Amino acid sequence: MEKMSRVTTALSSSALTGHTMHCHLDAPANAISVCRDAAQVVVAGRSIFKIYAIEEEQFVEKLNLRVGRKPSLNLSCADVVWHQMDENLLATAATNGVVVTWNLGRPSRNKQDQLFTEHKRTVNKVCFHPSEAHVLLSGSQDGFMKCFDLRRKDSVSTFSGQSESVRDVQFSIRDYFTFASTFENGNVQLWDIRRPDRCERMFTAHNGPVFCCDWHPEDRGWLATGGRDKMVKVWDMTTQRAKEVHCVQTIASVARVKWRPECRHHLATCSMMVDHNIYVWDVRRPFVPAAMFEEHRDVTTGIAWRHPHDPSFLLSGSKDSTLCQHLFRDASQPVERANPEGLCYGLFGDLAFAAKESLVAAESGRKPYAGDRRHPIFFKRKLDPAEPFAGLASSALSVFEMEPGSGSMSWFVDTAERYALAGRPLAELCDHNSKVARELGRNQVAQTWTMLRIIYCSPGLVPTTNLNHSVGKGSSCGLPLMNSFNLKDMAQGLGSETRLDRSKGDTRSDTVLLDSSATLITNEDNEETEGSDVPADYLLGDAEGEDDELYLLDPDHAHTEEPEYVLPQEAFPLRHEIVDTPPGPENLQDKADSPHVSGSEADVASLAPMDSSFSLVSVSHALYDSRLPPDFFSALVCDMLRFYAEQGDVQMAVSVLIVLGERVRKDIDEQTQEHWYASYIDLLQRFCLWNVSNQVVKLSTSRAISCLNQASTTLHVNCSHCKRPMSSRGWVCDRCHRCASMCAVCHHVVKGLFVWCQGCSHGGHLQHIMKWLEGSSHCPAGCGHLCEYS
Amino acid sequence: MAEGEHEVRWDGLCSRDSAARETALENIRQVILRKTECLRSVKETPYRPSDGLSDAGSLDGLNKLLAHLLMLSKRCPFKDVREKSEFILKSVQELGIRIPRPLGHGPSRFIPEKEILQVGSEDAQMHALFADSFAALGRLDNITLVMVFHPQYLESFLKTQHYLLQMDGPLPLHYRHYIGIMAAARHQCSYLVNLHVNDFLHVGGDSKWLNGLENAPQKLQNLGELNKLLAHRPWLITKEHIEQLLKAEEHSWSLAELVHAVVLLTHYHSLASFTFGCGISPEIHCDGGHTFRPPSVNNYCICDITNGNHSVEENQVNSAGNVSISDSFFEVEALMEKMRQLQECRDEEEASQEEMASRFEIEKRESMFVFSSDDDEVTPAREISRHFEDTSYGYKDFSRHGMHVPTFRVQDYCWEDHGYSLVNRLYPDVGQLIDEKFHIAYNLTYNTMAMHKDVDTSMLRRAIWNYIHCMFGIRYDDYDYGEINQLLDRSFKVYIKTIVCTPEKVTKRMYDSFWRQFKHSEKVHVNLLLIEARMQAELLYALRAITRYMT
Repeated sequence: MEKMSRVTTALSSSALTGHTMHCHLDAPANAISVCRDAAQVVVAGRSIFKIYAIEEEQFVEKLNLRVGRKPSLNLSCADVVWHQMDENLLATAATNGVVVTWNLGRPSRNKQDQLFTEHKRTVNKVCFHPSEAHVLLSGSQDGFMKCFDLRRKDSVSTFSGQSESVRDVQFSIRDYFTFASTFENGNVQLWDIRRPDRCERMFTAHNGPVFCCDWHPEDRGWLATGGRDKMVKVWDMTTQRAKEVHCVQTIASVARVKWRPECRHHLATCSMMVDHNIYVWDVRRPFVPAAMFEEHRDVTTGIAWRHPHDPSFLLSGSKDSTLCQHLFRDASQPVERANPEGLCYGLFGDLAFAAKESLVAAESGRKPYAGDRRHPIFFKRKLDPAEPFAGLASSALSVFEMEPGSGSMSWFVDTAERYALAGRPLAELCDHNSKVARELGRNQVAQTWTMLRIIYCSPGLVPTTNLNHSVGKGSSCGLPLMNSFNLKDMAQGLGSETRLDRSKGDTRSDTVLLDSSATLITNEDNEETEGSDVPADYLLGDAEGEDDELYLLDPDHAHTEEPEYVLPQEAFPLRHEIVDTPPGPENLQDKADSPHVSGSEADVASLAPMDSSFSLVSVSHALYDSRLPPDFFSALVCDMLRFYAEQGDVQMAVSVLIVLGERVRKDIDEQTQEHWYASYIDLLQRFCLWNVSNQVVKLSTSRAISCLNQASTTLHVNCSHCKRPMSSRGWVCDRCHRCASMCAVCHHVVKGLFVWCQGCSHGGHLQHIMKWLEGSSHCPAGCGHLCEYS
Repeated sequence: MAEGEHEVRWDGLCSRDSAARETALENIRQVILRKTECLRSVKETPYRPSDGLSDAGSLDGLNKLLAHLLMLSKRCPFKDVREKSEFILKSVQELGIRIPRPLGHGPSRFIPEKEILQVGSEDAQMHALFADSFAALGRLDNITLVMVFHPQYLESFLKTQHYLLQMDGPLPLHYRHYIGIMAAARHQCSYLVNLHVNDFLHVGGDSKWLNGLENAPQKLQNLGELNKLLAHRPWLITKEHIEQLLKAEEHSWSLAELVHAVVLLTHYHSLASFTFGCGISPEIHCDGGHTFRPPSVNNYCICDITNGNHSVEENQVNSAGNVSISDSFFEVEALMEKMRQLQECRDEEEASQEEMASRFEIEKRESMFVFSSDDDEVTPAREISRHFEDTSYGYKDFSRHGMHVPTFRVQDYCWEDHGYSLVNRLYPDVGQLIDEKFHIAYNLTYNTMAMHKDVDTSMLRRAIWNYIHCMFGIRYDDYDYGEINQLLDRSFKVYIKTIVCTPEKVTKRMYDSFWRQFKHSEKVHVNLLLIEARMQAELLYALRAITRYMT
């Protein structure tokens, strides 16, 4: 059989010619199918059933199969298929559940041949056996597939999918007895035509209905499926378990999928909703379609390659009542419109760019960045010669690495971690930050901080700051606890999900508090510090210029040193900043009575020592008469902030903004502030400085930013036994009625803090595990794993 | 009211931590006792029994608190809260303050209270559902208590509703509740309107809007037309309607917002159907759900009359039921026999195509005329009229006689293939949730019918579902509409028709007169089918119009 078709191919493919053309149908089409000789196409729909001849320049209506005055529902076709061996034989699937066969060889006007009314619901798909003349298969909404022998009056066998409706059935092209069926519940089943009692294998292919499938014409094991979940998947069925070998993500649900003849990796898809185009994909490049046909104005409902061995003609029918022939050479190629250039900065100052090879090649002759200390590294993807559009959208990738040392961003990380932003009087904060900057060799920044202190505070406070300093540093002892989760919080969460309504930083603060050392409270406030710096010009390589610049800039700031005056209530605005932040999710209130001390309470505690400093301030306030109004410098300070931000040092801008709080906030417009905050938080997160970023979010006054740490605070927990989500409580599973989280040490249920080993996933009460691991390095569960606890 | 709400934090009670609830309750107790003391010292005069409410703002505030407490003592899923609230109420009473008592007979006027699950006697799964619902809303509403007959469905329902109202979505929270109010008001469903007015104010909605649609932003006013059409004649929705909403300059809707709004509208239209269909009583803490009057001797009061829940009437119905018990017994038998027959002879007598088509047309046309003859229902004064004085809010009686409903073919636009994709595209995850809900509602069965077990009810369920869609002109090519006539008798059709089209006209008599031998849980099941089918029908029309607009 195969040989024969090969022969016909050779003959006809040379003869196959035509243009991209379309013709208007009277009604929307639901499906199309091509005759074996590639010269005729049948179009079927709710109120259309016609055969068109495909001629050189146009489609010509050849036959209208809808005869009779009163069109019955039997003619309302959901699907149509033309027998690939017998050019007189057609079959249609009707929406009322009838399967009809048509014999074009009948002399009368009515070509209807047989009527099978066995299905109770709409028949979604019919399919002829590829090599057997009389075997027809149908799949229906009622969940059954039926195999008909056209020589008999009723079905030979019935296959029950044991589930909801069948969406597609396809005989395997290579395996005589095999067919695949797809279901509304996402399953794909493989059947042996001789065994109607049960399917050979079944697997879940998609999330939601699988609308279509198609066997690869050459590759025995490949089956392509398309589903409502907007995916086309290619499965290798030769292995023990169906293996997904390729996956293409489209933009709409996939209604039809058809392998392209003679192109091993190509398939055509069309969608059922919203998207009207037909795409041809190379499954190896799943992101950009290889070709796109945009002729239709409404959804495409049927696609068919005109000849089984000619890859260039595609026919399609659509809801917009047109029948089209698309020529591959006329297709639009999205790749052509793709931009092959790209540029990206790495986190540590590395620079990578991709550009068309032609451009790169042209420039490689001369040295583009003369005197540059950095050496470019070139990457070039090895091209697969088989790949069809290799030349179209390929580009060379170049990466410039920073020299070790010069490009390090460690100053950013250091400053971010060590800066103090809140929790102490302004003067102390400024002094501390200035010291941090100086230690990191960033004198300009250090100078700025000093000046800020001079502008806004009395100098009398300097000695006290140094004291607090060391305290601030000690705070890092909180860090090791980070891995632990606060299960207690989850247990109290609301709704079907358990929630962690606090961000990580807070969780840690809770842990600290649980240790019940009151002195740590202040530490906690200080430990997440931040800093500022000048990243942008650093990256551009004029790091040396920085120090000189300091003095160039200073004229602006220099005179600010002279008037030393004091802002009265310096301690309080800082506190207000925290109180001001918008209220958290409702359940925060639930916690007010839980054993944790909330952030605001901690603040209250730390307010006490500050009263003394306040009195100092008021004294100095009396001494230095405030000759200048408090906001005399604010314009200047704002300029300074903008300067830093423009230099790329949002760290500085944001830190100062937070430290100064009310004093400058009103002078800078909301949007700019938001922008700075967003950029800084983004940077922090890239460096994995989650704690710092969270503190910044917390301290920010802009609504858009401070709601950031209130989003996605839900934590889903699955039962460790039945793997299903635990809905009501975090520690006991509703379904298997077992306690999911047992402590490996004391064998009791863990309702509060739970710590897991990431290697063996055993764990338990935080305290117990800590104690255990002091004495032993093996897992307490006895699994033999060497647990690490950091 | 505002005063009381400010001082008392009810949300603490939603916590799953019993200690947290304990503290919250203690706070409430103190607030209430303080208020009570205050009141006593100021007044020192005994209460006049008639107008205790009009005395002072503080008393009003206190009464609201007490009513809320009463609700908690009856409806909170947590035992400790129920007991403690009751204790507080008792202690208030001992101080000489009149405490409220619940009115009516349980969550539903149609279903005797003893049939309905008592809070506190639920199993673990139901308790989890209750707790979730309580945690999300701070109350356990009567709808939930009635739906819990079918916990599987309830879970999906609550999840969807929670997502629609409280989770990520294109519309702001107060818009969502306002749209809910608009939709419920379309059917004069005071129950839902009351609930959502509270929620609307709670999420910071502007109380001015509640005076009528004309006080709401233009954008919401524009939605009024769609609301009206969806509720009563969804088949008239065209892409022009959609276009008007989307292209109204500064008041225009985005597609995502529109889909969210459409889902909300359809959800509340059908929920209104459920509320009326199951005779949901007002919430205990809402107006009309409780009274401060002492129980009168003959147990007779105005509210009981208007909501048709007077015990005498109930007795009458019961006795009527007893008389015809043998009749109705045969009803079930006959129905089952018909189902069997249909099952068997389906293949034998094959109706011609023309006949099939005409059967659909007949059923569709007939459904227009199926209307209850009893129009004797007293329309009680409703809260809604206060909020929506606007005449356009009154139910416009579309004359259905002779009206032509065009046929909508499901094979051309169905929920699974088209509707789902569109919703999920524009309002992610909701398509999935609604899809699940439809599935559960459609496939829900316990294989029982009245006293019979192991019955395949799929045919009956399909007939109900398709009958509702048929009323909306939605046709399934592969369904023989003759079956509907065989399986659904007239009184049942009247009930379905009334619930789906004019739910406000449902009476207890209608509820009682269909399927007399069936259990209440089965009647609730029917209601679930009805509301989901209705929601899907409305959604199909709206989404088709949106699709047409997009292409």
